Amino acid sequence: MIGGLFIYNHKGEVLISRVYRDDIGRNAVDAFRVNVIHARQQVRSPVSNIARTSFFHVKRSNIWLAAVTKQNVNATMVFEFLYKMCDVMAAYFGKISEENVKNNFVLIYELLDEILDFGYPQNSETGALKTFITQQGIKSQHHSKEEQSQITSQVTGQIGWRREGIKYRRNELFLDVLESVNLLMSPQGQVLSAHVSGRVVMKSYLSGMPECKFGMNDKIVIDKQGKTGSTEDGAKSGKQSIAIDDCTFHQCVRLSKFDSERSISFIPPDGDYELMRYRTTKDIILPFRVIPLVREVGRTKLEVKVVIKSNFKSSLLAQKIEVRIPTPLNTSGVQLICMKGKAKYKASENAIVWKVKRMAGMKESQISAEIELLPTNDKKKWARPPISMNFEVPFAPSGLKVRYLKVFEPKLNYSDHDVIKWVRYIGRSGIYETRC
Amino acid sequence: MMCDFLFSLVCTGEIFELKAELNSDKKEKKKEAVKKVIASMTVGKDVSALFPDVVNCMQTDNLELKKLVYLYLMNYAKSQPDMAIMAVNTFVKDCEDPNPLIRALAVRTMGCIRVDKITEYLCEPLRKCLKDEDPYVRKTAAVCVAKLHDINAQLVEDQGFLDTLKDLISDSNPMVVANAVAALSEIAESHPNSNLLDLNPQTINKLLTALNECTEWGQIFILDCLANYTPRDDRESQSICERVTPRLSHANSAVVLSAVKVLMKFMEMLPKDLDYYGTLLKKLAPPLVTLLSAEPELQYVALRNINLIVQRRPEILKHEMKVFFVKYNDPIYVKLEKLDIMIRLASQANIAQVLAELKEYATEVDVDFVRKAVRAIGRCAIKVEQSAERCVSTLLDLIQTKVNYVVQEAIVVIKDIFRKYPNKYESVIATLCENLDSLDEPEARAAMIWIVGEYAERIDNADELLESFLEGFHDESTQVQLQLLTAIVKLFLKKPTETQELVQQVLSLATQDSDNPDLRDRGYIYWRLLSTDPVAAKEVVLAEKPLISEETDLIEPTLLEELICHIGTLASVYHKPPSAFVEGSRGVQHKRLPGSSAAGVSEAPPAVIPSQGDLLGDLLNLDLTPPTTTGPPPPASSGMQMGAMDLLGGGLDSLVLLCDPQMGTGFGAPPAAMPASFNVPVSGGLDDLFDLGVSLEIPNKMIFVSVQVWLPAMKAKGLEISGTFVRRAGVIQMEMTLTNKAMSVMTDFAIQFNRNSFGLAPAGPLQVLTPLSPNQSIEAALPLSTVGPVMKMEPLNNLQVAVKNNIDVFYFSCQYPISMLFAEDGKMERQVFLATWKDIPNDNESQFQIKDCHLNSDAASNKLQGSNIFTIAKRTVEGQDMLYQSMKLTNGIWVLAELRVQAGNPNYTVSTICLVLEICRIIN
Repeated sequence: MIGGLFIYNHKGEVLISRVYRDDIGRNAVDAFRVNVIHARQQVRSPVSNIARTSFFHVKRSNIWLAAVTKQNVNATMVFEFLYKMCDVMAAYFGKISEENVKNNFVLIYELLDEILDFGYPQNSETGALKTFITQQGIKSQHHSKEEQSQITSQVTGQIGWRREGIKYRRNELFLDVLESVNLLMSPQGQVLSAHVSGRVVMKSYLSGMPECKFGMNDKIVIDKQGKTGSTEDGAKSGKQSIAIDDCTFHQCVRLSKFDSERSISFIPPDGDYELMRYRTTKDIILPFRVIPLVREVGRTKLEVKVVIKSNFKSSLLAQKIEVRIPTPLNTSGVQLICMKGKAKYKASENAIVWKVKRMAGMKESQISAEIELLPTNDKKKWARPPISMNFEVPFAPSGLKVRYLKVFEPKLNYSDHDVIKWVRYIGRSGIYETRC
Repeated sequence: MMCDFLFSLVCTGEIFELKAELNSDKKEKKKEAVKKVIASMTVGKDVSALFPDVVNCMQTDNLELKKLVYLYLMNYAKSQPDMAIMAVNTFVKDCEDPNPLIRALAVRTMGCIRVDKITEYLCEPLRKCLKDEDPYVRKTAAVCVAKLHDINAQLVEDQGFLDTLKDLISDSNPMVVANAVAALSEIAESHPNSNLLDLNPQTINKLLTALNECTEWGQIFILDCLANYTPRDDRESQSICERVTPRLSHANSAVVLSAVKVLMKFMEMLPKDLDYYGTLLKKLAPPLVTLLSAEPELQYVALRNINLIVQRRPEILKHEMKVFFVKYNDPIYVKLEKLDIMIRLASQANIAQVLAELKEYATEVDVDFVRKAVRAIGRCAIKVEQSAERCVSTLLDLIQTKVNYVVQEAIVVIKDIFRKYPNKYESVIATLCENLDSLDEPEARAAMIWIVGEYAERIDNADELLESFLEGFHDESTQVQLQLLTAIVKLFLKKPTETQELVQQVLSLATQDSDNPDLRDRGYIYWRLLSTDPVAAKEVVLAEKPLISEETDLIEPTLLEELICHIGTLASVYHKPPSAFVEGSRGVQHKRLPGSSAAGVSEAPPAVIPSQGDLLGDLLNLDLTPPTTTGPPPPASSGMQMGAMDLLGGGLDSLVLLCDPQMGTGFGAPPAAMPASFNVPVSGGLDDLFDLGVSLEIPNKMIFVSVQVWLPAMKAKGLEISGTFVRRAGVIQMEMTLTNKAMSVMTDFAIQFNRNSFGLAPAGPLQVLTPLSPNQSIEAALPLSTVGPVMKMEPLNNLQVAVKNNIDVFYFSCQYPISMLFAEDGKMERQVFLATWKDIPNDNESQFQIKDCHLNSDAASNKLQGSNIFTIAKRTVEGQDMLYQSMKLTNGIWVLAELRVQAGNPNYTVSTICLVLEICRIIN
């Protein structure tokens, strides 16, 4: 199991050092600094073995988190734990920066004592932790006996992510479907690979211990209903259903129920959390098509023309559109003409950046550039990195639709109808590239 | 900032100040002081001098302050054991506190204080806490047992904590169960044979129930523990799989991978024709693909594991090629791993896409990545024959880019392509020759020279090209020198008239001016060959080479099986067994996949040299259930087994001798009459059999068959050699795997044997031509002859070997199975057999039974024939088949045997007679 956990600043000075196992000595702290942080060559693996000691590291801004062990630990678990540790710290004191870590070092030690015992990760849900790790040590003494047992049963219990007795005057739910659409297209417009990775993020402000049920236009569910339910309904919704390649859920979701009935039921954590992640590869709506045209005119000139076409309902508006066209390293000057938005050649980034604030669906726009090149005797050909694109659209490129989100709280007197629900779809570009 | 100030405190005088503050009456001041102490401790300053003052602050009702003091205690108690005792009272008191959080805190901290005296006081509180009414305290106490066990294992056993811990597996609280499982698993690891984690269907059921309810981390502990269980039958296996599959949708990748591990392992037990088997296979792909959208570090771990999974069960991900395409801004470690998997998944169906991608990658910036991409194109050519042409033309395009390292890498892989498809793509040689000057890496130069030498007759100016290399002969690396020498000799044999001068030049350079013994030796060999018999030289030097195998970098099957059992862990990231990087007893047990290992072997790609361990399983299967055999057994392995069978009789008796040679003669007739020089190797055969046919009581005696580590890396400056002996088509081979575990590249390997009982000697040089980079392994098969100098060894089949590389010379000794020495001409004439049999004194006969061999006599005879044990005559007496057999050792000693097979009785009776007249006489 994890033998120790260290946090360093960008210089390699240790900010937090907590050793859990006897086989990890103080010299491990230095070994990591010398061999990884100060290494002359860029470190090529997130796992490094130095003198029979294994180090796992992740970096957050310029803070290094390193877990150390001498045993054959579950490596996946160690990384998951490090991410979780980052989440927990961020939930307590915001951004993970050197200053914040230093200002909260007592708290961090307290957290590390609680969520890692002898190197075994323990309950690390912030919801639960915040009930008894408060930075106000004195207050924790005043818990009544009932409160204490409530805390411990929550930390160890089945629903470790939610405490009892939450009350809101207004029961409200915010549900965001956030998708990032990834594309790699050949210069001829052939889709080499495309997938959507989506997340359903929720903010729930609900009283009591509500039981929720989430439904979407999952093809498997719709098809099943189509068979049993009325044919009309099946035919109508069947058309819009989507095939989900795979999905993963927050630990509050009952996985065995999903496995057997494919229904998503859960008791939600309070506040923000990510309910599920999913991935689709079929029938993706690609919001934009990029058509590049690169012509080399002699050895000192390049002509580039890029057309973008928006491919969604004309009533919708895409925002924050940015097209990045890479230029060769020996570019000496660029002349740009664009129909819409603003374009600029950024020499430091070796790219032309073309920004368009808004663009409606079913439209087309283009940019043309003349790139002057310095003659070089470099034998190496320019690699022509792909043209990449960023945007945001108000729909889900996978076609996912939320069908319902039902809330039942049998003990308190509010019903599903009393809950105010908000649903929003945002599609963003992930890695959206077209080779040229 | 105040805290910046905390961190920047300087030492002088500070300790005094802190001391004063710690003893202050004001609580706030005290707390600030303790904080400062902890801050100093963090940055590595020694604040142990403050021990008594800090411990004094322990008696407080401020929980935060208490935790800080405890933190200090954990750090310094070991250095101040006497003082630490002062804290015991507080701990014991805290363990009685009404607040469960404080009780848990006390027991948690106490376990971390590794001072014997404190440990004694810990037992009573711990016992109480293990039965505490509050689950939070119980789950903490469960882990504390593991802590205590780490300090004093005996104490934990004596106090009966292990039983209490086992009881906690049935606890009502899922987290208590999970922690108890984690603690027990850890303790069990250091007691490999204790049946501590007594996994039976009842406990498994409890674990599976807890799995649905506990935290993500608890689920990981439980799944990892489940993976160690071996279900009784396929039905149990299926029902566990069914209950584990929902975990594949968990958001935590570690839960997913641990579930994959359980499924991969238990799947081995499911019959392939089962519908469920197919469903399960289909269910595994999506979660594995999803892991690739996790954070890069997790992707890396996932990819390393997928690499293993793809080797074991390629069918799972065969349609998912696209997800392994490299993204422009993937971190380099992810890119390199993806590339590896792409090659593994490459097939005729997707090769076009793969090649297009690889071509893109070859133009990227990162040098390592580009090199690997170029190499990958070559590997595709070798793997998918239909694509070879396209691959070669892609490589040619890349050579045209003139990017130095791309060109060099391309030439190295084209050499391999030539070895796979000889005489097919010579048209490209002209292009290659154009780039001769730009090659500056030894590997590329050696590859180019090899190509020129190999195709010398088709390259008009081959002599000029090679001559140009010759100018700087002494500055070249050994690899290039050796290659150049061979290439010029090849050239001379092909075009003798024009190149006489050249060959003389290189021979004299190699033999007279070089101080490298390998080079000199090779030079002399060529020289003598050429001067004595040019025809023979031609046969040797221009002999037809075996085609190179399809995939060269597959993980050896037994290791792969072990690694599959370690999915998700560090072992799977390093692709090394835990014993390679874990110190002490932990994790040293080798895990194996359940189910019939034979099934696993038949799936294993044939290109990999199967380890003997697997052959064993294979043979077992073949022998016991002849109708289901899928293919002919490899000749070497069956030879070994059958040899064992027949020598068995003699072997058993001689075992007594082996155990105690001095006393052996006192035991009575049969062993004493056995020619002593013969007994020992016979017992070598015997051991083989014990594991093969009968699997009797002597479990640790597999030494002669399995692949074993002959030379551990520790003894040889990082070089590890493991291997085995086989007989293939009349040639005895020593098959070795050389692994470089050092940090530097190893080159110039050579091998030599000491004199031995049967005159074994290397029949050629050790074929390790490429330098062995760190963490790389290479397999080498060394043909052996039996005409070397003879000296009797003890034991008789002992072989002493010396291996040399650029670092040093290393020695090791190993033992070879006697059955490998049975010659092909071991068939005796009937008459001679009869006469010999009669000649042998009855004392020399020994009997043995082979149990549970369900072969009829004909089948047995056929099989034995395959291993050079020849049936001379067959007789049927009273329903028994009697087979009379002979075999001959390479040094001319005959062994005769009688095999009695009774129809319907699976037990064979073997009588062996070994008559070695000469030796007998000498001994008597």
